[in-house]
Amino acid sequence: MVDVALQGNGVSAVANLDRAKVLQRLRLNDAVFRHITRAAALLVLIILGGIIFSLVWGSVPALRAFGVSFLYEEVWNPVTEKFGAIAPIYGTIVTSLIAMLIAVPVGLFIALFLTELCPMWLRRPIGIAIELLAGIPSIIYGIWGLFVFAPFLQQYVQPFLIDLFGNIPILSTLFAGPPYGIGVFTAGLILAIMVLPFITSISRDVFEAVPPVLKEAAYGLGCTTWEVARYVVLPYTRVGVIGGVMLGLGRALGETMAVTFVIGNAHRISGSLLAPGTTISATIANEFTEAVGDLYTSALIALGLILFVITFIVLAIARLLLLRLNARVGG
Amino acid sequence: MMDAALQAKRRRRNAITMALAYVATGFGLTWLVVILAVLLWEGFSGLSLSVFTEMTPPPGSSGGLLNPIAGSLVMTVIAVLIGTPLGILAGTYMAEYGRYDKLTTVVRFINDILLSAPSIVVGLFIYEVMVAQMGHFSGWAGAVSLAVIVVPVVVRTTEDMLTLVPDTLREAGASIGLPRSLMIQKVAYRAARAGLVTGVLLAVARISGETAPLLFTALNNQFWSTNLNAPVASLPVVIFQFALSPYHDWQKLAWTGALIITMAVLALSIIARILTAQRRSS
Repeated sequence: MVDVALQGNGVSAVANLDRAKVLQRLRLNDAVFRHITRAAALLVLIILGGIIFSLVWGSVPALRAFGVSFLYEEVWNPVTEKFGAIAPIYGTIVTSLIAMLIAVPVGLFIALFLTELCPMWLRRPIGIAIELLAGIPSIIYGIWGLFVFAPFLQQYVQPFLIDLFGNIPILSTLFAGPPYGIGVFTAGLILAIMVLPFITSISRDVFEAVPPVLKEAAYGLGCTTWEVARYVVLPYTRVGVIGGVMLGLGRALGETMAVTFVIGNAHRISGSLLAPGTTISATIANEFTEAVGDLYTSALIALGLILFVITFIVLAIARLLLLRLNARVGG
Repeated sequence: MMDAALQAKRRRRNAITMALAYVATGFGLTWLVVILAVLLWEGFSGLSLSVFTEMTPPPGSSGGLLNPIAGSLVMTVIAVLIGTPLGILAGTYMAEYGRYDKLTTVVRFINDILLSAPSIVVGLFIYEVMVAQMGHFSGWAGAVSLAVIVVPVVVRTTEDMLTLVPDTLREAGASIGLPRSLMIQKVAYRAARAGLVTGVLLAVARISGETAPLLFTALNNQFWSTNLNAPVASLPVVIFQFALSPYHDWQKLAWTGALIITMAVLALSIIARILTAQRRSS
């Protein structure tokens, strides 16, 4: 039988070839292929291990020199070789928070529109358009942010915000001071635009997984569309939505190029959101090739390690939540 | 009377939130339109034949983007050549051999995390492993760091697409005496071919705009270079450098480069979409 199957593949057995030999060779090939695929699967784990190991290895000099104080010192001085990571960490977290504050509600409302309101024929085109937004490389957002969005904000939006909140206690500090255009606030807005598609498409997928019977029962009781969304769809899909939000957060925390263009690269923590700042990824992108001295390089790699740990935790939580959801839908 | 008031209130709340849903969708789509419009506006005026035939210029003179385009193409091709076989093999293990393994569960989890891990960290990883060891920046290091980004994308699509292949096909292959490895290569791969190609296209789309992992692996190069052991220019890095420069010519070229990348990426993702759509309908 084996030779019949093989003839079609052009490996055709020569007439007097020993049948046992062929079988043995096939068995060997089978085992080899199986082990190659297994090795390739293990490679994924090796890549992760390699990333963690190389980052830890590279940050040893900096961690040895500064110890735990690296995590909370604000000074970043390449000349005196004193480095602390709190300013980039602060920038990373604040820009991501701004992004999530905007992108989560907007993304959920778009998903609501796509699943409940949108006419059938428009659903696919709009869904695809939103996903194309996710495919645009981050450097495009960066160049657009630098030349178009930041000047626009500087001219129209930021002066308005400064005036608007000028007399309100806490907000006046947050929105103080000259409108630079570039800064933490601008970076947060661009991140919001970037993570919006991720949150939208995952929320849409989980909204669609709600059994129609549940929604129809609620409509049958006389619920409005909003009440169905708020009291039936959202509670049912809570885990998945949180997973999608965490996935978006993971993206926002690690996003490099779009932020590097518009954040201003200033190593200080400012009370005002309109002031220039920096994030972990922007610091590495801006300074790594110019870093002279082992300690400077090592401090930047240590920043990378911190970033990787933070995003790893966030993404792991996201995946675990989504897995739990799949298990429930499947079972 | 109470009921009428309550109903009016509910209706009003519904109207407001539904209006918000329309506004949110408009908001999301506006950005896509605005970004593409600006890109076309700024990029098209600089688009000419010389962009594809001349080297990157020194500030103040005219030139093109030939060397970064060539550098990007070469590194992308190498990255795909390295990353695709590894990704397909790993995906094969997960879908064909160890579908219910513990190993598969772990690999899938880690792979999904790598899929959205910050790409700048990949750059640092390859810097440590290759650039620091060899003592200089190189095109090879750039290509390998892109390959590290290709692998998770291909693993994911390969596993998904092979899982979609009906088991009856596999059984038919086995019943005519095909060994398992040949059954996978001749039957399963063939049935999932469109899906596997989609995975590669998505991976190319993903890496063609990647800047962060190239910044300190391939670095940049002002001149034509075919030496992969030396720094190589790439389109995203040149865009980054030129856009942040004070020179108007350079900024203009950056816009043109951005237009080229975006068009390539959008074309790739649309082709990938069409391929999967065909698969589903057939």
